[in-house]
Amino acid sequence: MSVAVRPVGTARPGLLGKVKGEHALYLASILGMIVLWHFISTTFFKPQFFPSPAIVFNTGMEMVASRELFEHIGISLQRILTGFFVGSGIAAPMGLLMGSIRKVRVIFDPYTQFFRFVPSIAWLTPVVLWFGIGEVSKVLIIIYTTTFIVLINTMVGVSNIAPNKLRAAACLGATPVKAFIHVTLPATLPFILTGMRLAMGNSFATVVAAEMIAADAGLGYLIFDSRLWMATDKIFIGIVCLGALGLMTDRFFRYLIVRFARQYGPIE
Amino acid sequence: MAAGFLVARDVSFGYEAEGRAVSPPVLSHFDLAIPEGEFFCLLGPSGCGKTTVLNLMAGFLRPTSGTLTLDARPIAGPGVDRAVVFQSDDSLFTWLRSVDNVAFGPRMSGLSRARRHAIAREHLRLVHLEGQEDKYPGELSGGMKQRVQIARVLANDPKILLMDEPFGALDAQSRTRLQDELVEIWGKTRKTILFITHDIAEAILLADRIGVMTRGPGAHIGEIISVDLPRPRRRGSAGFGEMWERISALIEAEGVEEGER
Repeated sequence: MSVAVRPVGTARPGLLGKVKGEHALYLASILGMIVLWHFISTTFFKPQFFPSPAIVFNTGMEMVASRELFEHIGISLQRILTGFFVGSGIAAPMGLLMGSIRKVRVIFDPYTQFFRFVPSIAWLTPVVLWFGIGEVSKVLIIIYTTTFIVLINTMVGVSNIAPNKLRAAACLGATPVKAFIHVTLPATLPFILTGMRLAMGNSFATVVAAEMIAADAGLGYLIFDSRLWMATDKIFIGIVCLGALGLMTDRFFRYLIVRFARQYGPIE
Repeated sequence: MAAGFLVARDVSFGYEAEGRAVSPPVLSHFDLAIPEGEFFCLLGPSGCGKTTVLNLMAGFLRPTSGTLTLDARPIAGPGVDRAVVFQSDDSLFTWLRSVDNVAFGPRMSGLSRARRHAIAREHLRLVHLEGQEDKYPGELSGGMKQRVQIARVLANDPKILLMDEPFGALDAQSRTRLQDELVEIWGKTRKTILFITHDIAEAILLADRIGVMTRGPGAHIGEIISVDLPRPRRRGSAGFGEMWERISALIEAEGVEEGER
């Protein structure tokens, strides 16, 4: 992993992560995609099968006016963020311990390697049977998804620490506990943050699965429920909102990393 | 052998797996005694076990047999009395400014922030890095990073510096400057230094005595040469050239002897 240090005097990216002049290109790219969407949907499909951007926009405006959309966004975001932070909060310390202490790694490695291949959607039924159809089940599904990504990234981070760093710390008088706090932890931080960014993406993907559990609100519910009514325009609203929210959350997370954790050498 | 400060007596070391040697020993019958305040260079071809010697002295490795002592106390694991300057700058803490890298040792011993920063600044000045205190390692050149490493170990006031080819990865100009500065720093601090190198000229330039290692496996010090050239030494002087020839011949003979076996 390279340690990104910006040379003195070069432009610092803004909240969108772009240098001046790139914004125009960025906007042009988005506009181009909308034009393409319009062209393909109106040329090859009936509006029920693939609604045009205009139809989706109009439906979206109606849902904004009735405040229905905000309800879906709010509840999904709450589930995603709760699951994401609880999952990261479990996985990062666990990954640090597993990476640093061989015995802990040997004990927990089989489970990590086993369950990371079992997608969260496979757990839907057992989770409902065990925890009911409330918020707990939905959040658990997202915690599950987050945990393994952050855990494995953290472990990789620990194993990537140059042995010379720990040796230098030992020579400078660091006890194993102090070396863990002052070397292992900060050296692993960029990997934890990268794992969290990846996991954030998965949390957005998983909210759809989580909201298949008897939900009556949320973007996943919106998408899943609209299927029954053949309301493709609403499905597209759900898709666009998930993507846009994910993008914004990631940008914000990245901004926080650059703002507060740059010296740890995160991947930007 | 004269009484030493850092002493290795009949040390052997080989890599083991499950209590059995997996290959011929890297070192055997390794003897060395460095008096306090001496600048000692361990010279040898790459792969002969020089770094193994340093790792044993630092306490990163334990000898298979034999004893290692510093100031009459046995070496058992890493300690603040022995500071290591590594060849690679990956030993620096990239998330800390250079002043905090240097202050790391004092921080571990519990000094206040003001006190340890004062010590760190003083040592950064000693290695000519004033003005670079607030930079992160990633913002410094290779030569500057090695200066930070040197300042970092000196700030912890160790009894001995163990230096493992610290200038090996630098460009020729930086290396020359740092060699001269190291001699200057040694002159000021009078720290005992064990310096490992495969560069004959570097050893002659720096050392009071040079220990030339035999080729491994089973490496040890073949011959010890006192460098009695006056300081500051000049790379082009007649005495320098003579000494270079002598050591070069010694290493070559060592190689031939080994090849005939």
